[in-house]
Amino acid sequence: MIEVKDIHKSFGDAHVLKGISATFEAGKTSLIIGQSGSGKTVFIKSLLGLHTPEKGDICYDGKNYGNMSTDERRYLRKEIGMVFQGSALFDSSTVEENVMFPLKMFTNQSKSEMLERVNFVLNRVDLVDANNKYPSELSGGMQKRVAIARAIVMKPKYLFCDEPNSGLDPRTAILIDNLIQEITDEYNIITVINTHDMNSVMEIGEKIIFLQHGIKEWEGTSNDIFKTDNKAVTDFVYSSNLFKKVRQAYLMEDKK
Amino acid sequence: MLKQVFKRPQKGKIFRDSLVRELDDLGNKSLGISAFIAFFVGGVVAIQTALNVDNPMIPKYLIGFATKRSIILEFAPTFISIILAGKVGSFITSSIGTMRVTEQIDALEVMGINSLNYLVLPKIITTIFFYPFIISIAIFLGIFGGWVAGELTGLFSSTDYIDGIQLEFKSFFYVYAMIKTMVFAFVIATIPAYHGYYVKGGSLEVGRSSTRAVVWTSVTIIVLNYFLTQMLLS
Ligand SMILES: Nc1ncnc2c1ncn2[C@@H]1O[C@H](COP(=O)(O)OP(=O)(O)O)[C@@H](O)[C@H]1O
Ligand SMILES: [Mg+2]
Repeated sequence: MIEVKDIHKSFGDAHVLKGISATFEAGKTSLIIGQSGSGKTVFIKSLLGLHTPEKGDICYDGKNYGNMSTDERRYLRKEIGMVFQGSALFDSSTVEENVMFPLKMFTNQSKSEMLERVNFVLNRVDLVDANNKYPSELSGGMQKRVAIARAIVMKPKYLFCDEPNSGLDPRTAILIDNLIQEITDEYNIITVINTHDMNSVMEIGEKIIFLQHGIKEWEGTSNDIFKTDNKAVTDFVYSSNLFKKVRQAYLMEDKK
Repeated sequence: MLKQVFKRPQKGKIFRDSLVRELDDLGNKSLGISAFIAFFVGGVVAIQTALNVDNPMIPKYLIGFATKRSIILEFAPTFISIILAGKVGSFITSSIGTMRVTEQIDALEVMGINSLNYLVLPKIITTIFFYPFIISIAIFLGIFGGWVAGELTGLFSSTDYIDGIQLEFKSFFYVYAMIKTMVFAFVIATIPAYHGYYVKGGSLEVGRSSTRAVVWTSVTIIVLNYFLTQMLLS
């Protein structure tokens, strides 16, 4: 379980996170939603220690990240997988080298053992015959798949994804969402996903946290979100006509 | 920053692979330009010296002697290092800076990798140990370039020049050149790496940082050159 208690993060005068608390449980996919600029990326990077919050606690399975030594943090990070918004693949390395990199760095497996694991995860994300390609030769969706493969190759306990389906066509976006959900269930991972995409909420949100201006404005399940009267949430969710209709359908269902 | 850089590499094999890659990127790819410049600068130095000592009282072999000295003491170590500051420095800043703005450095950190150590240490090691080699070649080619210039212009004879360069060989001058080279090599690897590692923003900022890194690296080399010369030679 990851427990976040009242974290604050500022950049100069800009107070980006203004006291956010949340818990994330194993085997569950939690979504952080909100408009661009609401602080989703800063939040997720604060959980990972890529940003240091000025105030607040982050506990991984009871251990406070803020009190860990550099070595303890590095050790914890081996149990963390992260899919960055731009995929963040190493562009001078092939797909295979990208995915194999953590194994090379942190295990003493033989080349063939590593290759077997790499092919297994690449297969898991439906990427075959791409081993020797460079990231620049892949489509956005394929890059995301490689990034997911790299994130899970070390069998992480925690998986973070920053807008894993932004910039993808709707169909690929849903495939990626479902893939992350399946992996979460299969390996009982704690998964936290940032998104501004309501489709993802429909597809995979088990727990949803709505951020606005650096504050946790609302929290609930994907069912709740279409019923809530919270103004900030409804403004966000019903900015599109499609979801206005979805809301009506939900309300009708409730009356029955 | 340097404390993290000089930690023990997390995995020997990966470190060796990085060294090989840097040797190619920062070393081999700098050889050609350094050799080219050294050869021509050597020629120019010899011609200038020859034109300045046209007094018949001064023996001709002093041309070779003075050319050799200026090349060993300044032109090879300092001049070539400034050129490398431009070439290698901008490469280091832009490659590390691009990794920063595309979150590749964050990706390394999240994996539990000490990114400073992984990215910067191999560059420092490569430059410190490989640049003395480049500068030695530059010294040789510079002196050779001086000889070629003599042959082409007829300003001084081959035998005078060769006598001159053999005159009073002080090995300390060579050691001094190598000490300077290693200090400059360290500067060429670290200042641009710093500018790349801490860049914020996008590709435009990476470009700006590269320029800034080259300027700072060159200025640092010039200033250090002054102090090193004072310290080592006086
Ligand atoms: N490194 C940084 N330095 C300064 N400001 C930042 C930095 N990172 C993010 N911000 C600011 O924090 C706010 C939230 O950004 P972000 O978390 O990226 O939003 P999003 O919800 O779109 O992911 C934005 O106003 C952004 O300008
Ligand atoms: Mg973001």
